[in-house]
Amino acid sequence: MKLDDVPQDQSRSLEGQRKRLYARNADGDYTTVLSSGWEAEDVVLDQAVEEYNRFSREARQRVQQGLSSALEFHMYAHRMDVTVLAQTTGFFRWQVRRHLKPAVFKRLTPRKLQRYEDAFQITTGQLRTLPPEDKPQND
Amino acid sequence: MTDFNHQQTAHCESGAVAALLRHNGLDLSEPMVFGLSSALTYAYIPLVKMGGMPLLAYRMPPGRIIRGLSKRLGIRFHFERFRSPKDGSVALDKYLEQGFPVGLQASVYWLPYFPENMRFHFNAHNLVAYGKDGDDYLISDPTFEQPVRADVASLQQARFVKGMLAPKGLIYYPETITQTPNVTAAIPKAIRSTANMMLRTPLPFIGVRGIRHVARHMEKLSPANEHYNKLLIGHMVRMQEEIGTGGAGFRFLFASFLQESAHLLSHEGLAQAADQFTDAGDEWRRFALYAAKMLKGRSALDYGKLATQLRNVADMEQQGYRQLLELKLR
Repeated sequence: MKLDDVPQDQSRSLEGQRKRLYARNADGDYTTVLSSGWEAEDVVLDQAVEEYNRFSREARQRVQQGLSSALEFHMYAHRMDVTVLAQTTGFFRWQVRRHLKPAVFKRLTPRKLQRYEDAFQITTGQLRTLPPEDKPQND
Repeated sequence: MTDFNHQQTAHCESGAVAALLRHNGLDLSEPMVFGLSSALTYAYIPLVKMGGMPLLAYRMPPGRIIRGLSKRLGIRFHFERFRSPKDGSVALDKYLEQGFPVGLQASVYWLPYFPENMRFHFNAHNLVAYGKDGDDYLISDPTFEQPVRADVASLQQARFVKGMLAPKGLIYYPETITQTPNVTAAIPKAIRSTANMMLRTPLPFIGVRGIRHVARHMEKLSPANEHYNKLLIGHMVRMQEEIGTGGAGFRFLFASFLQESAHLLSHEGLAQAADQFTDAGDEWRRFALYAAKMLKGRSALDYGKLATQLRNVADMEQQGYRQLLELKLR
């Protein structure tokens, strides 16, 4: 990559940050250069973020319909899946999957809930409910 | 408060190691750190999933840069992990009070200064903590332009998150460097190690064979699973470009290392190899561009075209590693 080929596409995802890339100057010598982002990267990043957002939206609906516990929403809102959540909390995957059922989730002991609260860094109250719709879930 | 000379790099681990060594009086460039530790690779491991996607790596697993460099240059690093988060924060504060910057492993997701869209559950990010100001840690994160801050609670969470590659509060720093290491003697070994690994690893999903393996996999993708296929292609590009690779899955970083080595050893063959890997890197970038256009719907989704491009890259890299081995560096 030559210096002139380094993309400067003002990526929204970088929020004004720039990243350092390696490229060659006119003499063919390597140097580093700051890039404000590359459109190709934005495409794949948006795709990955949108996938979690879609899961959260669908989970929210299931929770509202009583098909799923609020845990499922929080899991996706924190960009996790059953595997990652199981690793983070120390539960088995089958346990996490079981806790996604509203009836089971309701009966969870405070100690088990605590492990989910720690994983998401939220309170019991927040864990048991859905946050208001429009606010994007940041953490 | 400690004075720490913050320098932005492309990659977190090579950047953190280079920064800590510089602070201790040994000035090595990021490409030199990356190259000497033989960190370049290609690995596709469908059995290990990350967020539902197969593990795909363009560099060796986290920790390899530190360990690889200590082995090659004989610099010893001190490592500390903690069973209790509380012990971990006490130890960190003690180092910082003494004005002693240390490397930390942390989860990207819980670091408050990361842009929202970049926060994923990757637990092996590297950064340098160099001071504390009230309720904030002062941090030199190699992938950021300026020094940053993280509040105590967030950094604690980021250091003690559980799961894959759990950091367990890892603190590391180089032990006293007594004599200047012999960099020029280490270069040939490092290059041979990378070239051998990429050409001769007897596993079909590692190295150049790995790239061809993924090319075949691309061709066999069923058009019926378009959603998953698109996620997989996006995942490939993300691993290649996003995760602080310096562009083209660390290939430009590697080429820069070869170029620097060519100067140090006055070896024309290495300069030519640097050209070869620059060209290979450009083809990796072209792969990313094709993929992004297809994902955006600006060109038709064509798995065959992506596979062909991967084979181009594999051919160019293969030639590059062979060139390196034929140099018979000593």
